[in-house]
Amino acid sequence: MAAETLVPSSADEAVQLFGDGEGITVFAGGTILMSEIAAGRLKPARALLLHRSGLDELSTDGDVVRIGAMVPVAALAEGDGLLARFAQRVADLEVRAAATVGGNLCGSGGLGGQKGDLGAPLIALGARVRSDGKGGERTEPVEDFLAGDRTGRLVLEIAYDKPSGPWSAQTMRRRHAHSYAIANVAACSNGDGLRVGVSGVGSVALRARAVEQSRNAEDVLKDVDPVDDAVASAEYRRKMLILLVRRALDEVEG
Amino acid sequence: MRLTVNGIESEISSPPLTALLHVLREELEILSPKAGCQQGGCGTCTVLVDGEPRRSCLTPVAMIDGATITTLEGLGQAEALSPVQAAFHNRYAAQCGFCTPGMIVAATALIERKGGAVERDEVLEALGGHYCRCTGYVKIVDAVMAASRGDIEPVEDLPAPGEGEPDVLVKGSPA
Repeated sequence: MAAETLVPSSADEAVQLFGDGEGITVFAGGTILMSEIAAGRLKPARALLLHRSGLDELSTDGDVVRIGAMVPVAALAEGDGLLARFAQRVADLEVRAAATVGGNLCGSGGLGGQKGDLGAPLIALGARVRSDGKGGERTEPVEDFLAGDRTGRLVLEIAYDKPSGPWSAQTMRRRHAHSYAIANVAACSNGDGLRVGVSGVGSVALRARAVEQSRNAEDVLKDVDPVDDAVASAEYRRKMLILLVRRALDEVEG
Repeated sequence: MRLTVNGIESEISSPPLTALLHVLREELEILSPKAGCQQGGCGTCTVLVDGEPRRSCLTPVAMIDGATITTLEGLGQAEALSPVQAAFHNRYAAQCGFCTPGMIVAATALIERKGGAVERDEVLEALGGHYCRCTGYVKIVDAVMAASRGDIEPVEDLPAPGEGEPDVLVKGSPA
């Protein structure tokens, strides 16, 4: 049976059609969901397609960068900055043009590899996620959004303050375009202190708070418990994570 | 839903979440985009959607209602090859040919974007999501760079597509 498709023409209409998210499959760029459909693992009954919802605005308002959930990863890959460094490594040119920041944040891990590379730099930048759905609109730090129950939430916008201090982007992955990361570490030192984000080692990105306090790279394992998958073993990831955090701390703390 | 594919507008009757790849191959019987990995990883299904290269296997047709699509067939024909097609022929850049449609579409978009000669690293970036298991990429990259410089020999006396070959195109098959 063909899926029912909903194509809202504004953000308000998207929120209204999404409701509490029950039984709805949200399509942003489609790059994760379409391969799941092709593999027979997903059969959406009701699909909410956001390509006409106007959530694709990327703007800078003073020092605040605002990224609509539907902004393509390709738009974030331009220039040089902490987020751009990671966006440039997502898949390839064609996939980055279709994939969105909202989808990257909400796509979870799997046997083939851990998705959501952008979680690490967004945590390090202190980004806030504005979402709507069950319980109404709310804005929260990206690490809290990722750690919470996201099933009834529709991401609308991600915002962060341009970093005033040094940052570091550390990633480890195979060279070819479609291998998911072995591990990603992003660190940023701002007026309000150091933030360290980790992604690519589990189903969601995490904030390495213990490292932020101690400045000891080995403490990353107090907050992060890497998974085994087709890309790397948990044991290898633990070793590489410590190495990447050490490099990040060296770069940021100089 | 409507699509204009290689200049011809069609009403589309496939279900809305059908991948553009299958709309092209199964409904419109345009067979150059190949069903390779169907996970966005191999590149051979790449087509131009409103001029931009996209993975047709990852694009639900409902997401591009009203769009203009160009496939390999829309770039050139056997009697009038496009510059990239001619360069691939000149420089032996195709072997089994399975990846070639996506390679040529992506390379054409790169040259269009750049508007002139492209460098080797630009080709590597643009074709980074396109897998060839035969020729080892060197001839492919050389052909794209040659096409971007206009360094092309005329190609004459190409056999018509399918001439002298058994009819092996089976509906629903990946090739």
